[in-house]
Amino acid sequence: MNHTINFTVNGERYNISVPSHHTLLQVLREQLVLTGTKNGCEAGECGACAVLMNGEPVNSCMVLAPEADGAEIITIEGLMHDGQLDPLQDAFLAAGATQCGFCTPGILVNARALLDRNPDPTETEIREALVGNLCRCTGYIRIIEAIKMAARAGREVAQ
Amino acid sequence: MSERINESANQQIGESANTQYAVRNTQYAVRNTQHAARSTQHAKPSIIGTSPQRIEGREKITGAAQYVDDLQFGQNLLHAKIKRSPLAHAKILKIDVSKAKALPGVRVVITGADYPGYTGLYLKDRTLFAMDRVRYVGDAVAAVAADSEEIAEQALDLIEVVYEELPPVFDPEFGASPEAPLLHPNLGDYECVPYILPQRGTNISNLFKVRKGDMEKGWAEADLILEHRYQVPHIQHVPLETHVCVAQQDVRGKITMWSASQSPFAQRNLVAKALGISHSQIRVITPHVGGGFGSKAGLSIEGTAVALAMQAKGRPVKLRMTREEEFYTTFVRQGLIAYIKMGMTKDGRITAVQNKFYWDGGASTEYGVNITRAAGYSGTGPYYVPNIHVDSLCVYTNHPISGPMRGFGMAEIHWAIEQHLDRMAHGLGLDPVQVRLKNCLKDGQETLTGMIMHPTGLSQCLEKAAAAIGWGKPAEPPSAPHKVRGKGIATMWKAPAMPPNPGSSAIVRLNEDATLNVSIGGVDLGQGALTAMAQIAAEGLGVRVEDVRVNTVDTDYSPYEWQTVASRLTWSMGNAVLQAAEAAKMQVLKTVAEAWSEDINDLDIIDGQVVSYKTEESMPLKDLVIYGAQRPDGTWIGGPVIGQGRFMPDYVTPLDPETGQGPRAVVHFTTGCQAVEVEVDTETGQVQVLKIVSAFDVGHAINPELVRSQMEGGAVQGMSTALLEGIIFDGKGVPRNANFTDYRIATAVDAPLETENIIVEVPQDDGPFGARGIGEHPMVPTGPAIANAVYHAAGVRIDTMPLTSEKVWAALHTA
Repeated sequence: MNHTINFTVNGERYNISVPSHHTLLQVLREQLVLTGTKNGCEAGECGACAVLMNGEPVNSCMVLAPEADGAEIITIEGLMHDGQLDPLQDAFLAAGATQCGFCTPGILVNARALLDRNPDPTETEIREALVGNLCRCTGYIRIIEAIKMAARAGREVAQ
Repeated sequence: MSERINESANQQIGESANTQYAVRNTQYAVRNTQHAARSTQHAKPSIIGTSPQRIEGREKITGAAQYVDDLQFGQNLLHAKIKRSPLAHAKILKIDVSKAKALPGVRVVITGADYPGYTGLYLKDRTLFAMDRVRYVGDAVAAVAADSEEIAEQALDLIEVVYEELPPVFDPEFGASPEAPLLHPNLGDYECVPYILPQRGTNISNLFKVRKGDMEKGWAEADLILEHRYQVPHIQHVPLETHVCVAQQDVRGKITMWSASQSPFAQRNLVAKALGISHSQIRVITPHVGGGFGSKAGLSIEGTAVALAMQAKGRPVKLRMTREEEFYTTFVRQGLIAYIKMGMTKDGRITAVQNKFYWDGGASTEYGVNITRAAGYSGTGPYYVPNIHVDSLCVYTNHPISGPMRGFGMAEIHWAIEQHLDRMAHGLGLDPVQVRLKNCLKDGQETLTGMIMHPTGLSQCLEKAAAAIGWGKPAEPPSAPHKVRGKGIATMWKAPAMPPNPGSSAIVRLNEDATLNVSIGGVDLGQGALTAMAQIAAEGLGVRVEDVRVNTVDTDYSPYEWQTVASRLTWSMGNAVLQAAEAAKMQVLKTVAEAWSEDINDLDIIDGQVVSYKTEESMPLKDLVIYGAQRPDGTWIGGPVIGQGRFMPDYVTPLDPETGQGPRAVVHFTTGCQAVEVEVDTETGQVQVLKIVSAFDVGHAINPELVRSQMEGGAVQGMSTALLEGIIFDGKGVPRNANFTDYRIATAVDAPLETENIIVEVPQDDGPFGARGIGEHPMVPTGPAIANAVYHAAGVRIDTMPLTSEKVWAALHTA
């Protein structure tokens, strides 16, 4: 069975037919070919497929495609603005917060949501926000550092 | 008289070998000195030792970096699934695939009958599919390629397999005994490399022995002798990207594989040999790889994708592991049971070591046999020991296929050795750091295999790490009254574990604008190899690092590289890249020397400009790297600049099979240590790691920030395996925790509150700019350092990894 869904992805409107049992992750990767969102476990356990759905981070492997009807989705491909990197992306480069890069899109998207709701998180708040994103390369320390850097940069811009 | 002559002749041979070694060292030294002199003389800024951002970073932080599963193959793509054994050990009586083949949308179904050939990296004990018997839960018995994943799944259910159960072996100690059923009755007939010694008629697929000195004398000299048993479970690498391979055969029979691999060339070689076809008929393309840690070395699932593609009438076939399959059907790390017996004098000198390592190799040890060899020739840890008896046994069991994982063999044996050394120190009332400083290998001492230890910064690493953790000073008060704090330290060594002659090669090509394309066959799994190679090439040629591109691997266009394993790329491939860049530079300078009628020694390339130190003339590199330079008479000389380089160690010697002795067991050892501070909750047994200090001798850091990133990431991976990880099997060999909920890895909340990463630099004689590898080493000492800290904090020892809260709590309440 198929469903027709209307939704917005990275500011672009889509009206597409999706198999009802497919996940948002499948729709993004296979139908829209937005492959920046990664498939790490298909069980909602690793966070590699995290996207923003109406501003909230979700594991897109746990969202059925029809549930995305009417939603506003932001993926890693939508994090840049006017060709400029998000401050988080700059900070990840500067802090060396990416190694193999496979968990990076999910972590960046989740970190964006964190800073949107809490522009000045404590280290504990950052660690807790990342608990659903597994990374096997970096040991997290540089990721935490990068999020702190981006938060500082964001506050400086705001001032 | 004649005996004396012989003796002196032998001595001369020995001396001449030593002299050659010395000459070679001197040559390298001269080259390094010249380089240094040139740099100093002209104050040329060096890119080596600086930390430019990783060159593929922008792709990775924007989602643009493509991994195999991101590549698009269109509607024609077939999806593959593997039918797996539910039993650990059983005879296959019948396989019926007729119903699966009849399902609409199913295009290919294959079984072992279609591809009966044996394969393997060191020991050919592995077939694509189980033939007469299955040997672990998850063993492949058939595979399907269909129009969709759903159809392929349905087809698996339609394959009927009839088994007859056989008695399983789950314990390597039992497996090595004469009572155990034989899991590979043909072991003695399998093809293998000469330095692996399978024991015919047993389950022991490799036996590595070290016999050195006089054990009786060693025990007699000791004031304390302790013996203890330690254990390490199977764990999994957990790369965030699971294994995936797409294979396609074209009309001329040529096979292309898009493979998430650490080993594109080794895969090409193994597939070509298994299929009996030409290497030129196989092409392996490896884009970005989402972590490997050893699991993507060699060949695991990729042969199945190729076999399916060969019957898919030209359609591409994708085989991607689910997370559950990744947990136990690609590779797991070998399990270990270690018996350590050590003698020590009351002033802390090790007099003798007798170790026996039983490795749980799983259902196939095609790669694992070399892990047990490496553990054997490293079996004392990084210490000078005069009297040694080591047996390292690789044993077949009905567990998952156990293969290489980051620092293979070393994290496991150091878990035992480094805890045992702490026990010895405490038993004699000595300081664990001082005992290590006293015994750790110094330049010129003999290792356990009789190799002379090269210059090493191990003592420095120990001193610096101990200072950074505040060794000997009281810890800060704990965060709650029911918590206790303690510090622990552990050292390590590890050599690249590989054949004696793994090769590297590199090609450097210049573009019209004097940007540089560096072609290599090694893979960046996240460790930063592309960036390090860009720096080495930039330095070797004299251009900015921003002007260097380094490719991902395509075996049709990339030069040969053995495998991305063993922490060998910076050292081995780095040498090839440096040579290629220097060759390109020489081409340029020769051209200019002739065109300008100058001495080549007066010319140099700095920041993309050819300069003459004599005339102070200069010319942008871009004006001549393609079109050449013009002579005074108006004619042209030169042409497109292309440099090539290669490297292969040519000095590793065989070892005596009975004693493990030989002049040069390995190329070199990277050494180092970690010191940790922990807090133990005495009410729950939970261990929190507060701080990890890492100090490693990397020879010379090409990119210090990337080196520190390896130290930090490795330490947290080591911590994760030490505290949380282990595959749990039920009584029938079924893995019970093949998911991230039940097999926890460290999250951001578990990561240490603080890390400190100290680079020690005692140059490697044949490393590029003195560099040696660091990728694997940082996870080796973490486990025992934490275990030693837990002992220091709470007075309990946990001999079996992992150090779970339950174990610590139980130990606290029985102590």
